Amino acid sequence: MLIDFFFTLRKYELKVSIRELLDLISALERQVVFADIDKFYLLSRLIMVKDETQFDKFDRAFADYFKGVSSIDLFNKDIPDDWLRKELEKILSDEEKEQLKALGSLDELLDTLQQRLKEQEKRHQGGNKWVGTGGTSPFGAFGFNPQGVRIGQPNSRHKRAAKVWDKREFANLSDQQLLGARNVQVALRKLRKFARTGAEDILDLDHTIKATANNAGYLDIKMVRERHNAIKVLMFFDVGGSMDPYIEQVEQLFSAARGEFKHLEYFYFHNCVYESVWQDNNRRHQDRKDVWEIIRTYGKDYKVIFIGDASMGPYEISYPGGSVEHMNEESGQVWLERIVSHFDNVIWLNPIELQHWRYTMSIDYIKQLFNQQMFEMTVAGLDKAIKALK
Amino acid sequence: MSSHQSNTFNSSDSYVVSEELKLAVEAAITLERPLLIKGEPGTGKTMLAEELAAALGAPLIQWHVKSTTKAQQGLYEYDAVSRLRDSQLGDSKVKDIGNYIVKGKMWQAFTSDVRPILLIDEIDKADIEFPNDLLLELDKMEFYVYETQETIKAVQRPIVIITSNNEKELPDAFLRRCFFHYIKFPDAQEMKKIVDVHFPNIKPKLLEQALVRFFELRNVAGLKKKPSTSELLDWLKLLVAEDIDPQVLRDADSSKAVMPLYGALLKNEQDLHLFEKLAFIARR
Repeated sequence: MLIDFFFTLRKYELKVSIRELLDLISALERQVVFADIDKFYLLSRLIMVKDETQFDKFDRAFADYFKGVSSIDLFNKDIPDDWLRKELEKILSDEEKEQLKALGSLDELLDTLQQRLKEQEKRHQGGNKWVGTGGTSPFGAFGFNPQGVRIGQPNSRHKRAAKVWDKREFANLSDQQLLGARNVQVALRKLRKFARTGAEDILDLDHTIKATANNAGYLDIKMVRERHNAIKVLMFFDVGGSMDPYIEQVEQLFSAARGEFKHLEYFYFHNCVYESVWQDNNRRHQDRKDVWEIIRTYGKDYKVIFIGDASMGPYEISYPGGSVEHMNEESGQVWLERIVSHFDNVIWLNPIELQHWRYTMSIDYIKQLFNQQMFEMTVAGLDKAIKALK
Repeated sequence: MSSHQSNTFNSSDSYVVSEELKLAVEAAITLERPLLIKGEPGTGKTMLAEELAAALGAPLIQWHVKSTTKAQQGLYEYDAVSRLRDSQLGDSKVKDIGNYIVKGKMWQAFTSDVRPILLIDEIDKADIEFPNDLLLELDKMEFYVYETQETIKAVQRPIVIITSNNEKELPDAFLRRCFFHYIKFPDAQEMKKIVDVHFPNIKPKLLEQALVRFFELRNVAGLKKKPSTSELLDWLKLLVAEDIDPQVLRDADSSKAVMPLYGALLKNEQDLHLFEKLAFIARR
């Protein structure tokens, strides 16, 4: 029985090993829990999962295994949370509840749901047919139908369903989520590289002992420099236009970066980098900085991070004069290539969700210019980005 | 395992134990595995070890990890400097190297008479190699002292509690050896229990209003550091000390005034600004 369970977990991409399985079996053998599915859920999570970002996956795997329902994950992607957002609630009287007809068996319901999902493209609420919030259709959350399938509803309103694992209360700890202030800081911290710079002002005990021994027991004091975070970072931010919806996210990234790195320089650009960028958005037309100057000033050991949606007309990158703001003599591609080839580590962070990238030609274009080093601005994406920068 | 110690961990008059946590502790003790605890700052990770020690009547050995801590320091340290000094002074102690071996926290835990609780606090603060260096010691509960050529073996396996704030990823090999419990942020009901434990005489009206305001504040979008349990407890302490009328808290609700003493909840200058601005807008 547990072998199947084990492989279900692996199917959901949880990194469980034999060791954990054996642990779980021996915990059961010693009767830490006995014949109690809720406790078994807690125990198996305790032993099998080692990271809270994986809890959500575990909850889905658990539900899958113990329900025999191949979950609501029909097309290999979740139903967007947005869809099910609670905005509208219908309060039904008891008579109305009576009137609602039950729609047959569970399998039938799921088949119908699948059908509806295929037909339906947009967010929907109210009504009695489509998947959405607050209606009387058998599908969706916050509504009422005695035979309903509940999707993404935070608590069981009519007390009809839902085990703990169904609540998926760890969904927002999952590492696919967008960045929060603390997440960013923790992720950036991984980029630390300590090096000894500055004055020699710390006693190097090991070295002193060795030198003293070599010196026949007469004290020979050795000093070293203190360790500092030696990472140097350049950041380029896309501002204005299509970046406006992402301002909050970018701000968080920026403030975390500023707290974390002593050597941090940042510049702004619009859509694509051309011959100059700027550092003060209020004086963007007066105080511009030549990109050549940046390349000359900052050594190739600087880690370079571009933040932008990379969404623009392809001509803005490929043609001289393609800029929407001025007449550029050389194309954006030339300038980007110059930057990419000068610095050892250059990456692009994109706040647009990965699954939408393929709809925008310029994203693919820039990704190629950056040797595929473009990452999504989520916790998992930032982690990958930091690895690429190392 | 000594027979007079129990394995159950129940809520005490200073700490609320959830069902989940109780099971986690029981499983870790029964299977003799280290228990790794994570959770938002201020949800009582370190408190857990202290309370567990009190509940089981076991001695608590705390090892606070810093960025400079080495795994070896938990086992033992060879104090070469004092030996060098003694040798230059001609002290006879110098002949026995055992005089200069300083026992670390793990050694203390291994040789304790009663089964102790070993707390390795904030393991993520240390170097990335730190957890890996402890693998064998945590598994076998023994280590070898090169200087004196003896093997130190645990008399009884200590209960090991490890806390982490998620600042570094821990290596897989290390994680596989631990059980993992995530302390999730308490909901309003659990929070009420926790507060009851800390302030048994608080007026129900005041508590109710305060909790409503507290969870509202946690839901304000864009806060850099959301207030946690320990901040709530501090704030309540102030409210009680100042003898604030629950009515004032309710007034704040109807947007006439700013929440009293909110400095105890928000620790960040930007958060304070944001909050003041929001309160200002609400008042108009």
